[in-house]
Amino acid sequence: MAQEMVLTFDQLRRWRLLIVPALFEESNRMRRFTAEVMRRLDNAGVDSFLPDLPGCNESLQALEVQTPETWRAAVAAAAVHFRASHVLGIRGGALLLPVERPGWRYAPVNGASVLRQLLRARILTAREAGVAETQEALLAEGIEQGLELAGYRLGAGFISEFQSLTPAVSASVSEIEQELLGGGGLWLRAEPGEDRAQADALAAIVAIGIKS
Amino acid sequence: MRHTTDRLLRKILTEVLALKPGQADDFTGETGLFGHLPELDSMAVAGLLTEMEDRLDIVIEDDEIDGELLESFGSLLAFARAKRGPNATGDA
Repeated sequence: MAQEMVLTFDQLRRWRLLIVPALFEESNRMRRFTAEVMRRLDNAGVDSFLPDLPGCNESLQALEVQTPETWRAAVAAAAVHFRASHVLGIRGGALLLPVERPGWRYAPVNGASVLRQLLRARILTAREAGVAETQEALLAEGIEQGLELAGYRLGAGFISEFQSLTPAVSASVSEIEQELLGGGGLWLRAEPGEDRAQADALAAIVAIGIKS
Repeated sequence: MRHTTDRLLRKILTEVLALKPGQADDFTGETGLFGHLPELDSMAVAGLLTEMEDRLDIVIEDDEIDGELLESFGSLLAFARAKRGPNATGDA
């Protein structure tokens, strides 16, 4: 099995949370917030694990050969490896949660919305360079031969599968809406930011839920 | 009192640009956006437009997005109002 880097707070405690990060550009904007939540969970007696997805961050694998299926398999393998008692999917990360473990989807988003935003960013950039592109044509090209979106080289298999992906509905996984945290979602920010109150709120929801 | 679209748009810009609470209240029709704010790159603009679609319940076509639309707060607000139509709640 391939190895990936992981950020951990591990003291072999009873409560062990596997976190699936937000995807693509959002993962950068949410990284600090996610780590802040992990610090708070550590103080609350909960171990947590934030692995890189294959092809992302420090991964030695190529992104181009990944599909939502390979990502799901990697997340499932990580859940077993770290003996996760619970899981937390952040934004697009909620699309990859293993269904059999209890946990949370924080501000989940559909694959189609993630893709639409990436396509739009590419169209805007191309327009500044005087090139006209459309979502339909780009998507058709992507499904045929893969596509580079916002610097991410995605394979054809990824794009065709990803656009119809919705967060798996499972009785043991509950949704945490952004309104519960107060303030706007940090993934919206033009620059990566942080918000102590929101990190406190998300960590409290998870820590209380995990122990009840 | 400001109309709903105006209020929602200021709220969205507050979140995207990480403005202090109330800072967006000072935006006027002439306040510059894209091209004036370095942090508003194409990825941020794509996020802003997607958020506008979700919260204002509108659909923005790619060919409607041009430099003029994002030139100023006023032009973006006029666009959002036109998209929502005259019957949008609170937007008399």
